[in-house]
Amino acid sequence: MAYSDKVIDHYNNPRNVGSFDKKDPSVGTGLVGAPECGDVMKLQVKINPDTNVIEDAKFKTFGCGSAIASSSLATEWLKGRSVDQALEIKNTEIVKELNLPPVKIHCSVLAEDAIKAAIHDYQKKQGTENKPEEAMANA
Amino acid sequence: MSLKLPIYMDNHATTPCDPRVFEAMSPYFTEIFGNAASRNHRFGWDAEEAVENARKQIADLIGAFSKEIIFTSGATESDNLAIKGVAEMYYEKGDHIITVVTEHKAVLDTCKKLEKRGFKVTYLPVASDGLISPDDVKNAITDKTILVSVMLANNEIGVIQPIAEIGKLCKERGILFHTDATQGVGKIPFNVNKFNVDLVSISAHKMYGPKGIGALYVRRKNPRVTLVPMIDGGGHERGMRSGTLNVTGIVGLGKACEIAQAEMEEESGRILSLRNKLHKGLVDELPEVFLNGDKAHRLPGNLNVSFAYVEGESLLMGINDIAVSSGSACTSASLEPSYVLKALGVGEELAHSSIRFGLGRFNTEEEVDYALNRVTDAVNRLRELSPLWEMVQEGIDLRTVQWAGE
Repeated sequence: MAYSDKVIDHYNNPRNVGSFDKKDPSVGTGLVGAPECGDVMKLQVKINPDTNVIEDAKFKTFGCGSAIASSSLATEWLKGRSVDQALEIKNTEIVKELNLPPVKIHCSVLAEDAIKAAIHDYQKKQGTENKPEEAMANA
Repeated sequence: MSLKLPIYMDNHATTPCDPRVFEAMSPYFTEIFGNAASRNHRFGWDAEEAVENARKQIADLIGAFSKEIIFTSGATESDNLAIKGVAEMYYEKGDHIITVVTEHKAVLDTCKKLEKRGFKVTYLPVASDGLISPDDVKNAITDKTILVSVMLANNEIGVIQPIAEIGKLCKERGILFHTDATQGVGKIPFNVNKFNVDLVSISAHKMYGPKGIGALYVRRKNPRVTLVPMIDGGGHERGMRSGTLNVTGIVGLGKACEIAQAEMEEESGRILSLRNKLHKGLVDELPEVFLNGDKAHRLPGNLNVSFAYVEGESLLMGINDIAVSSGSACTSASLEPSYVLKALGVGEELAHSSIRFGLGRFNTEEEVDYALNRVTDAVNRLRELSPLWEMVQEGIDLRTVQWAGE
């Protein structure tokens, strides 16, 4: 399978690799996927509680090149967005940006799930979650 | 000598045609182009002579008689012809076939088709080393069993099955024994009489010959095996496989067998030492590298290892100037990790992390050193990127984690 240039670029130079302290109240952590399925993404956001803006994002991913690229791209897009704007990110936008083939669409779905799970975790810590059902359903 | 990139280390998928094989084939494209079935002129005679010479070269490699070699398009056709041909010929004697879960799809899918036609098939399990126990074969045999089919060496993990012991068993019980020897012939010693095998599938392109040509050994004496053909036509190949012979390909297969026979001993020793160097290097440099399949009963050129906490396809991407394969689901169309590794009881997580190195005739020590460095760097880099590796370093037992989506 040939990879798009953008997937190769994210794979070779992944953005924002790393971890924040999970216990930090301003940090939300999303861990999605399962090792048996061949994909696990950990995506973290650091949010300014006063402005509700994502100031930083980090990821680590076990998965194929497309999964690594999807999560790397997600961290790029998250920085500087408000929580509400972040929740608007759709997997189809990731598919489009990275030119993912149909067999790799699940990688983008996982990235969207990771974003929602990370924000939900932050909201839970802050006690500000307003739509837990929706966040859970997407996690 | 400078290293030429990319490096080919996927010799279980296919092998390059040996230049000596290519050279032997070359005149048969343009000069000696006759139809081997043309009985009344020079062109036909020359082609027939080349075919008979090749038949002898193939027979010699496996200890058979020339007349027992039937030419086919490759091992997939040979497997189909052997299994379906026996099933159709001997169904009145019995309707039971025994094979193994880790066989090639050419055997498994053929057996599945026969099941739809009413045959009963036993798929024997393998132990965690990938090997089957002859006792399991013995216990599976019934008075309805007409055929046992067990591969010589596995295409993914390279393990060598106890063919001689199974052959002895089948002979005692008067049951036909087929082996798909695609990966093993020309690489390890194999003899149809010492191993008591009645049908053997062979492919040229796995042993430095051309693609599109293979053979099926069909025993003519003790017992005389007859097959119902799958392709009807001019009655070529003792009526078992009609169709104008692929003379060029046959010459190539013959030459490939001749070279293999002459050089096997020296070559397998050299490839084995390269394989062992690669394996030792990886294990020395990296923690949590696991060998898939038995170490001792193994093709010299095969190394199938799992790099825990690193997904196989992402690793292939990181070593893109080295051609190898992965058992990861992401590299296959089925989205399921390798059924062979699953049959060994390798966890799906480790199956996703597996890489198959297939070393061959043209690999050098310099290439192995290069691969070792590249793989080590890529695994280290991807583990830094892996949340699983991070969790394990923090002392978390991954089996206790409740994964989303499970």
